[in-house]
Amino acid sequence: MAKIIVDGVEYEANPDNNLLQECLSQGLDLPYFCWHPCMGSVGACRQCAVKQYKDADDDKGMVVMACMTPASDGSIISISDEQAKLMRERVIESLMINHPHDCPVCEEGGECHLQDMTVMSGHNYRRYDKKKRTHNNQYLGPFISHEMNRCIACYRCVRYYDDYAGGTDLAAQASHHHVYFGRHEEGVLESEFSGNLVEVCPTGVFTDKVFSEHYSRKWDLQTAPSVCTGCAVGCNTTPGERYGQLRRVVNRYNSEVNGYFLCDRGRFGFGYVNSEERLKEPAVTVNGRAESLPVGQAAEVIAQFTGEGVIGIGSPRASNEANYALRRLVGAENFYSGVADAENACNHLMLELAQDSAFCNPGIKDIEKADAILVLGEDITNTAPRVALALRQAVRNKAKSLAAANNIPAWQDAAVRELAQYDLSPLSIVSSYATRLDDIAADKYIDSLSGQVAMGCAIANKLSAQAPAAAGTDSIDAALAGKIAEQLSQAENPLIIVGSSNGNVGLVQAAANIARALHEKRQAPTALCTLMPEVNSMGLTMMTNEGQSLGAALTKISNSVATKAIVLENDLYRRASRAQVDSAFAKLESSLVLDVLPTDTTAKAHYVFPVTTFSEQESTFVNYEGRVQLSYQVHRNHSAAQPAWRWLSDASVVQINDLVADCAGDLQQFAQLPEVLPDTAQFVGGMKIPRQSHRYSGRTAMKANLNVHEPKQAVDDQSVLAFSMEGISTQKNASVLGAAWSPGWNSNQSISKFQEEVNGELKQGDTGILLIKRVANSGAYFTDVSANRRAVGDGLALSPAFQIFGSDELSAKTKAIRERMTSAYISISPQDAQTLSLQQGDQVSLNGNGAIASVCIRSQMKPGTAALYPGDNDINPHELEETVQLQSAGNKAGGTGIKGLIVSDFYEEGY
Amino acid sequence: MVTNPLTKNIDMSRAPFSLTEYEAADGYQSIKNIAAGLNPGDVMQQVKDSGLKGRGGAGFPTGLKWSFVPQGENSAKQKYLVVNADEMEPGTFKDRLLMEGDPHLLIEGMIIAAYAIGASVGYIFLRGEYKVAEKALQKAINEAKERGFLGTNIAGTGFDLNIILHTSAGRYICGEETALLNALEGKRANPRAKPPFPQVSGLWGKPTIVNNVETICNLPGIMRYGIDWYHGLTKGKDHGTKLFGVSGRVKNPGCWEMPLGTPIRELLEGKAGGMQDGLSLRGFLPGGGSTDFMLPEHLDLLLDYDEIAKVGSRLATGTMIVLDDQTCPVGMIGNLMTFFSHESCGFCTPCRDGLPWVDAIFKELESGAGKEKDLQILHDHVDYMGPGKTFCALAPGATAPLGSGLKYFADDFKRHIDERCCPYNH
Amino acid sequence: MSEVGMSDNVNVIVSNAKRARKLTPEEIAEIEHEMELYPDKKAVGLEALKIIQKHQGWVSDESLLAIAKYLAIPVADLEGVATFFNLVYRQPVGKNVILFCNSVSCWITGCDKMKRHIGDRLGIDFGETTADNAFTLLPVPCLGDCDNAPVMMVGDDLHRRLDFEKIDEIIANYQKQD
Repeated sequence: MAKIIVDGVEYEANPDNNLLQECLSQGLDLPYFCWHPCMGSVGACRQCAVKQYKDADDDKGMVVMACMTPASDGSIISISDEQAKLMRERVIESLMINHPHDCPVCEEGGECHLQDMTVMSGHNYRRYDKKKRTHNNQYLGPFISHEMNRCIACYRCVRYYDDYAGGTDLAAQASHHHVYFGRHEEGVLESEFSGNLVEVCPTGVFTDKVFSEHYSRKWDLQTAPSVCTGCAVGCNTTPGERYGQLRRVVNRYNSEVNGYFLCDRGRFGFGYVNSEERLKEPAVTVNGRAESLPVGQAAEVIAQFTGEGVIGIGSPRASNEANYALRRLVGAENFYSGVADAENACNHLMLELAQDSAFCNPGIKDIEKADAILVLGEDITNTAPRVALALRQAVRNKAKSLAAANNIPAWQDAAVRELAQYDLSPLSIVSSYATRLDDIAADKYIDSLSGQVAMGCAIANKLSAQAPAAAGTDSIDAALAGKIAEQLSQAENPLIIVGSSNGNVGLVQAAANIARALHEKRQAPTALCTLMPEVNSMGLTMMTNEGQSLGAALTKISNSVATKAIVLENDLYRRASRAQVDSAFAKLESSLVLDVLPTDTTAKAHYVFPVTTFSEQESTFVNYEGRVQLSYQVHRNHSAAQPAWRWLSDASVVQINDLVADCAGDLQQFAQLPEVLPDTAQFVGGMKIPRQSHRYSGRTAMKANLNVHEPKQAVDDQSVLAFSMEGISTQKNASVLGAAWSPGWNSNQSISKFQEEVNGELKQGDTGILLIKRVANSGAYFTDVSANRRAVGDGLALSPAFQIFGSDELSAKTKAIRERMTSAYISISPQDAQTLSLQQGDQVSLNGNGAIASVCIRSQMKPGTAALYPGDNDINPHELEETVQLQSAGNKAGGTGIKGLIVSDFYEEGY
Repeated sequence: MVTNPLTKNIDMSRAPFSLTEYEAADGYQSIKNIAAGLNPGDVMQQVKDSGLKGRGGAGFPTGLKWSFVPQGENSAKQKYLVVNADEMEPGTFKDRLLMEGDPHLLIEGMIIAAYAIGASVGYIFLRGEYKVAEKALQKAINEAKERGFLGTNIAGTGFDLNIILHTSAGRYICGEETALLNALEGKRANPRAKPPFPQVSGLWGKPTIVNNVETICNLPGIMRYGIDWYHGLTKGKDHGTKLFGVSGRVKNPGCWEMPLGTPIRELLEGKAGGMQDGLSLRGFLPGGGSTDFMLPEHLDLLLDYDEIAKVGSRLATGTMIVLDDQTCPVGMIGNLMTFFSHESCGFCTPCRDGLPWVDAIFKELESGAGKEKDLQILHDHVDYMGPGKTFCALAPGATAPLGSGLKYFADDFKRHIDERCCPYNH
Repeated sequence: MSEVGMSDNVNVIVSNAKRARKLTPEEIAEIEHEMELYPDKKAVGLEALKIIQKHQGWVSDESLLAIAKYLAIPVADLEGVATFFNLVYRQPVGKNVILFCNSVSCWITGCDKMKRHIGDRLGIDFGETTADNAFTLLPVPCLGDCDNAPVMMVGDDLHRRLDFEKIDEIIANYQKQD
């Protein structure tokens, strides 16, 4: 620790940080633009000028940039010094020369860092009376709008997009005061993390296009702390609602999970909430026609689903409360996960591994600490995108250690990058096809799933003779396996990542063997990141008996052991073959399906009950780590939709708190679940926390077209939050922090006011509760690794492919996401394309059964293998075998084909 | 003894010396010395002892700069030598003479420097527009390669050096050594933060020395004739000779090698022949466009780093731009502001947004639309874009003629505003 | 020096993949030569821009894409570099590019008048190309030939101590060559 003196006051400071960061950590107001809490300093904007004095006798001092000056012990600085203030004022004056001052029509207005810093710097009067420089804007795709005239050239956008997120299609262009930030030509921003530009840009150059379509000021949005339901990472978000519609989603800081950033699926994939298609009232099918059912009769319907022969099919996209309510209704032995058998087996295996003390299941923050990484089979960018962004930071640990050895502080961002060049911590990727992380991978191995398992076995075997070798070692690159094993064993923080998206148990077993071997070498818990595909895959797995998969449920139905079924928020046609599900429904005497949107499954049901979405209910979800997080209700649903748990519970259950308590008592794994609920003792006098901001406007007039009287504020009997402006200020209680907001800091940059220190935990923070207890080290290797051999059968060995936009069921029902989706495609090697006389974009039929996909020839595909992306259930992958045969189908299929697909190895003859 | 080591081989009326001719004129002695066992440490010491200061503008001691390159077992194996031949400072035309006139002098100097710091690759970062120099240097490199003075195992000592001639795609900021490195790496030539200095993390993150052409051209003489000789060259406190130039409306504009410490008057009135008939001296920028104006009263000062600094200016490149009494000082400064404004890389705020404002004010002044209140804005920008406030030295360089011009030519600024036109007849 | 840095993975949107033109064998050979001189592909990228310009006169969008594709470097970065430097032309230029020095020494010695004269003779201003595509007039920062001011370059040739007669003569000479 160092001591620094700021304006005569002594503070403890971390000498490894710069002065700006330390000032902000102390809660001091010092304006800045180009610095970012997790991107370090580059010294471009010159906004954070302070006066630095050599020693106590120096009364002259020198103006320096706080962000570029280390917080060395004994530093004496002044923020309030007149020269420093003048410098900061002049920088703003400069930035305002060309800024259009279009705040009233700018989406950033009211939460604009530039506005805040302008006010803070005291620049009030315009002296510049010449012409302004203007720019043309670019079309950047369905997510982001571009308004370059607002640009203050802080370079944050390109530093985030290129340096931090690994994007390649946004760059600084031109020079002097013509400098421009955009693509080389108009077009969709390719990065899966482009949406963060909206929050990284300190003004309104990059704005949320989806939000702009139905825009509201920040202060007019009703918000609450929420959790993203796009995948199993559980990023924290703040959705905002106005006039009954969800308008946008922004990042909510969680030091352990998502930090400052979301992926584009999470940010832009909420539109289904506002869909006209939403199920609005209970329905019953009478004579093949759906008729509405009075809500009052719902209890009677539920009552029909009790007793013998009733099963419940849960859902990985439904909350713990919904799944638990169903489980309690039908009994544990009749509760099925609703997850396809193969994935279900993986999930249970991963839950088992999560309890083994040889391993630890790292969150995003710990993933960023890894210095050698193996990704085994999982296409992370498309199945758990935020993890991919974390890996981009992890590989830079090599750069950080090089910098430390050369006495370059880690916050000197450009210098650290320059020193390290392309020297990265080793990342090895074993996959079915070239991935979006290949540009930072030291080693890549592309093969069929069985080939990937074999490679995993080979690596494990190199590390420990107890781990079984790959069967049929002839085809495995032993040298590569050896190299990867060596890299992992030399690392201080090795990390193995595997997942269940492929539904391949062998991959999980091989990954566990590798991690176990490393654990034995290191004698410390080894990071084994086990990813699951959906928001509550882990929570569901934890409350479902092993083996009670969807397949088991369907078997029970086809055996007529089960005659009635409740299906919870689950489109079974995505998880089993059409024939299987059809025959099950044909056999069922009665079925009740609860969901948010109509699906093929709701179409088959006798009863359909509408349920609320994540933003319309309070819920808990367990992420892949076993971290349970509370997601508050943001707004009310004005239809008959209710949380599924309410439909499924009797009147004694009023709040989720009741269910949470029962669940905790009922299930050992969930014992700590109640801890995730807010401590109501802190809410003095029954005061609640308002969802509406202190500047929420038009409350008395919003409904004036319907009624001139101010409507009574809706009462929320569910939570500690209120649908109102009144109550405890969120500024005082960060444990329930929706939109960060602090005096003088109206933008998201105000987050530093709520952190213990910059990049630290929130002051009264809640990072979620890790539910899973590591009991003991099983010590056992998997000696018979499944599917550790080549697929048999004619045709190409088939593996699944994923897309960030499309592979998630609900977000795929969102307009902006649909603009980025491609229809089903199958990736094959150039050699196989030649043999089969196929060209790029050709339509092919799979096994001649009518399923049509577009051909994508990729130069890095292994001959003899194919990877199928099924589109938004355009093709049912559960109807395909281990291998697939392709027949040309001409150009029969409509849709977008592979247009818009982004790959690194798109095959073109001659290149 | 040799008194003009930089230009002794130069005669612009003929082709530059071939390698054979250069060798015959006492050149490439250093190769023989290296072969005879001269070690890198000795070279470094000799250059330190010579007191040679960088001739690119900043005047930093060359030997000291070299000594920051990490040496020894644990240091990076790859080190680079980069010659800054991106001569683009307004009014500066000295390196052109050296490269067009005696390219082997630069090559020999690079061999010496690379040997001293342990660099196996040397890049010459040459202005793209210097086509004659490009041909001359490429020819010299080829000859040296053929002769075995470049390549692997030079002089049988195990010392390797490849010299690669890089022609710039054109940008004044590339003259800033870290921006130059970014340009060499094929990036936008924004300067880098210092520290870390290039000596520690330079080209592609490897230890790198960047020296100006003229600095490097001093080395063969220092190594060949020794410290005493070198110290004997000067007339002032700083050692050696230097190229000095004069441009503007003087009788005989040109570039000459003279001892450091020569009185300015000897350069301006002697070599350059004084002002053209009918003109008198109003002031001059002593070392290129980013130095402060000096006045006729300063003519008896010596051309020496410290001496010039005493009156608030800098010797810098040593090529002076002369302002006569019939040229508008406001127009001249305005021309420089246009230059600096256009050549700003656009990275930091004061430079990127401050210079265009200043430039726009000058355009209004010249066109008769100048406003009294804008003079205050000009004064403000001298402070705002000054040293320490910007990311690199470009904008502070621009404030040198601006600040000194506002001080020395205040009446001219006022007349532009009062008379609503430029009072000079251009 | 043969080790060229960076990964070979640059993502492309497949629908854009075909817009790059084919580089000529000469261009490829020269780019390959640069690969031996620089240990990093980004550096070669800047060299390739100069090579393409030498052969094509300027760098078209198709050429830009071609370089990016050939070297597997991001086209946005390459465009960022191409638009940064003064001597990379991203718009077509005439057969002869006049780089007209308008920096301080040339200004003192009357370059404004010379520039007006060129403008009168050719009917073009800075940044413009004559209708017959023979000349493009561009300003250039100090050419470092200040003792011979005013100066300008036409193509690779430097022309010194300009006056009206000399300019007429130079223009006439280049027109004759065409």
